[in-house]
Amino acid sequence: MTGWEQVYHIGPAVTLLGGAGVVLLADMILPRGRAPFALLTLLVLALAAGWAIWHANTGTTGPSFDGAVVTDRFALFFIFLFIAATAAVTIASTDWVKKLDLSAEYYALLLVAAGSMSLLVQGNDLILIFVALETTALVQYVLVGLTRRDRSAEAGIKYLISGAVAAGLMIYGFAFLFGTTGATSLDGIASFVQAGHEEARLPLTLGFVLVAAGFGFKMALVPFHGWAPDVYQGGPTPIISFLSVASKAGGFAIALRLFYTGLGGSETFISEDWAMMFGVLAVASMLFGNIAALVQTDLRRLLGYSSIAQAGNIAIGLAAVSTGSTLGPSGVMFFLATYVATNLGAFFAVIAISQRIGSYEIGDYAGLIRRSPMLAAILMLCLLSLTGIPPTAGFIAKIYIFNSAVQAGEQWLIVLVAVAVVNTAVSAYYYLRLARTMIVDDAKDEMTFRPTLSMQVVLVFAAVTVIFVGLVPAPLISAAQRAAETLQIQ
Amino acid sequence: MVTLFLLLPLAGALLALFLPRERELDARWIALLFSGLAFAVSIVIFVTFDPDQNGYQFVDQFTWINPSGAGFEVQYFVGVDGLSAPMVLLLGLLSVVAVLVSFNIDERVKEYFAYLLLLETAVAGVFLSLDLIQFFLFWELELLPMYMLISIWGSGRNRYSAMKFLIYTLAGSAFMLVGFLVIGVDAGTFEISALTEMPPQDALIPLSLVFWAIMIAFLVKLPVFPVHTWLPDAHTDAPTAVSVMLAGVLLKMGGYGILRIALPILPEQAHDFRFVLAAIAGFSVLYGAVITLQQRDLKRLIAYSSVSHMGYVLLGIAALGAVGLSGAALQMFTHGTITGLLFVMVGLIYERTHTRDITSMSGLMHRMPLIGTVMLIAGLASLGLPGLSGFVAELTIFLGAFDAHPAATIAGIFGVVLAAGYILWMVQRIFHGPADEKWADLKDANCWWEHVAMGSLVVVIVAIGIFPGIITDSIESGIAPIAQIFEANL
Repeated sequence: MTGWEQVYHIGPAVTLLGGAGVVLLADMILPRGRAPFALLTLLVLALAAGWAIWHANTGTTGPSFDGAVVTDRFALFFIFLFIAATAAVTIASTDWVKKLDLSAEYYALLLVAAGSMSLLVQGNDLILIFVALETTALVQYVLVGLTRRDRSAEAGIKYLISGAVAAGLMIYGFAFLFGTTGATSLDGIASFVQAGHEEARLPLTLGFVLVAAGFGFKMALVPFHGWAPDVYQGGPTPIISFLSVASKAGGFAIALRLFYTGLGGSETFISEDWAMMFGVLAVASMLFGNIAALVQTDLRRLLGYSSIAQAGNIAIGLAAVSTGSTLGPSGVMFFLATYVATNLGAFFAVIAISQRIGSYEIGDYAGLIRRSPMLAAILMLCLLSLTGIPPTAGFIAKIYIFNSAVQAGEQWLIVLVAVAVVNTAVSAYYYLRLARTMIVDDAKDEMTFRPTLSMQVVLVFAAVTVIFVGLVPAPLISAAQRAAETLQIQ
Repeated sequence: MVTLFLLLPLAGALLALFLPRERELDARWIALLFSGLAFAVSIVIFVTFDPDQNGYQFVDQFTWINPSGAGFEVQYFVGVDGLSAPMVLLLGLLSVVAVLVSFNIDERVKEYFAYLLLLETAVAGVFLSLDLIQFFLFWELELLPMYMLISIWGSGRNRYSAMKFLIYTLAGSAFMLVGFLVIGVDAGTFEISALTEMPPQDALIPLSLVFWAIMIAFLVKLPVFPVHTWLPDAHTDAPTAVSVMLAGVLLKMGGYGILRIALPILPEQAHDFRFVLAAIAGFSVLYGAVITLQQRDLKRLIAYSSVSHMGYVLLGIAALGAVGLSGAALQMFTHGTITGLLFVMVGLIYERTHTRDITSMSGLMHRMPLIGTVMLIAGLASLGLPGLSGFVAELTIFLGAFDAHPAATIAGIFGVVLAAGYILWMVQRIFHGPADEKWADLKDANCWWEHVAMGSLVVVIVAIGIFPGIITDSIESGIAPIAQIFEANL
């Protein structure tokens, strides 16, 4: 394979990273304050998406770069997800960016984040995975601290420090995996594990527990969740909205790749061990996230704890390992896809509302249905979807992922599902209390308002997606299943 | 046909929601039109339903979710049999009544009728669904409109009551979902009729646990002691129409679920636990009746009497024979009409006196003879006077249950004595006695909608009391296959 053919395989990531350069270049060339950075960013995203579609249609698959990179439907699924999320955040933050004197840098950083995450999900080698993951993380630290105001800078530092610890643990875990198996490529690790080296159980377990700490940081799983509420509250909200979906999706994507391909899916002696670990993490995240969310009065913190609880829901799919079935991984992917639409919708609505009312206190959202029916209705829809009430995408996603756990056929997984469904009832309390504040309570201020046009576009798109997937989930589920099949060991 | 019944209220809800604000009051007519059309459809379904034919009629079926990788197939599958046909008729009738008694709503009219119609669609979906996941979807869909109706248009501690209703139902249905998934995954299908034909023999967790996981949702909804406490609160604080729907059809979802799902799919477990069910039933009847006697609030009084009357339903079910089960199904229908009418009357009285405190009312018969008379008819039907519909149902239940559960049946019969006490005492305190001067200005029922709402229910109550065959023919054909399961095998 020639060099150019290899680059062709990572085309979407190259486009995104190159596009970031183009945006920065445009900042130097074009007159200040006039350059259409947002449009340029969207163009880059469209090109990357086009390239990914081309891959999907021509069936480009297989390894490149000596097996460090793999192109498959699984990677493409997540690349689409990242591009969609980045595009939505780009459109939604156009107004916010105007107040920032760093708009070119902002868009460039978003593109770098999307590009390095695209590379991450194509990663098939521990070294590439680490590099891609850390590139993503670095970009995100900068983004969180971007506005350089006190809270933002504090949040950036907090995120950086806890992220650095997580990265340290993860590389330590990688060292254990490499030291035990003698391979950095996931295929090499897989063949070692499949050979049934039961004597290597302890170092392997140590390895994957440490790796899970690193990934758990990305996913905001308890006990690696500590940064989430503070960063959510302190960071610039548009960036947090990106972080809340893209970073989480990236963490789950690479966890699926490493554990299903590297540690051999359901076929190996070790899979029950890590499945149980994710089960425990899921229970802890759901319980902690939901209980802590009950008492929050700041919406950003509420969304932070809710994202921890949701990570617990998604981790059920990681625990649902079963022979010959793609239900667990496809459950994670389907849930994440619905979560991207739902959580972005919720975040954008909160951004649009709080920009106008100047507060993130839940009490100040009273009577919003009178003041801005559209925003209140869309936010309520997203809250219903987060709770898992029909006819929304979140309902199908929860049923699907619970079903995958029961299908896996282990008693402890049924206990896990029982914990999850009880948590759904708990989460209904705080999600619907917020909905009630908006819809039932009397407004303190009667002034009506509407979101800006660009915000309306993404909000309506998110809402339509949430409803559409809730009514016609089959296409997305099929896509997730076909993508998950490529994870299985060939 | 049944899909039409399902979609008509939903169409009305959407139409009402998009009315221009200045024509808000037209939402009433839209709601009346669409609920009236749905009622007409339900009459057509009930009349053309052929009780001599086996299986479901008016079936609509297509695959809703069937992703390529299998493992999660969900159908849209609706139809009626002898069990659901009367429920559909009851729902159609009570929805029209609920719309009529809401004609004087003047606050947020569009939203009110949209939620009311959405509620009708959700409950219709529960009665018509023949697939477990679809059943669960509609079961959850009912939560939101109910929550909003109580929160926005209720009175007193309505927020607390609405949230209590929501959490109780969600917690119950959470376990139901686990039960459904365990059964469905084990059998490889979620289709109720297929599961009925080959009841699961063995599953991942003990089937008795599955049985209770499913039953808990239905028992909460029914409700019986000790999970009934949400009902008096919800009733007391709900607007009149919502009380009518709640007592009239929502409680029936519980009994219907037991008859449709729990008994046919898990007959052995139902048989094993029949004494537990009978004990709960007998205690509920007595407990509900004793608590009813102590109530001073008119709505609470009728709410607690519902707990007592729903105990009869469970008693009939616990008998597990054709007679008892038919009685239970009939009791659900008659209780829907009788208690629906009682709540209509309470609403009318409250509108005039602005109090529900029984002790502060006296001699109202002089001021409102029509309301007093209809209330007396409803009360007599409620206590089981021969010639009215309540008598037929309760007698059938006692006949069916006496052999199997003599003690619980005797408790039930004693409950009837108490019912005579609390109903007659209530009527005596409110309508008789010296005419109080402060009620001198009160007017009798004087609007056409009040007359239609009262009249239609009285006609049904009297008609079934005299010719029970109009309902029982259908019910018996629906009960026969369930009763056969128990007669043949156990």
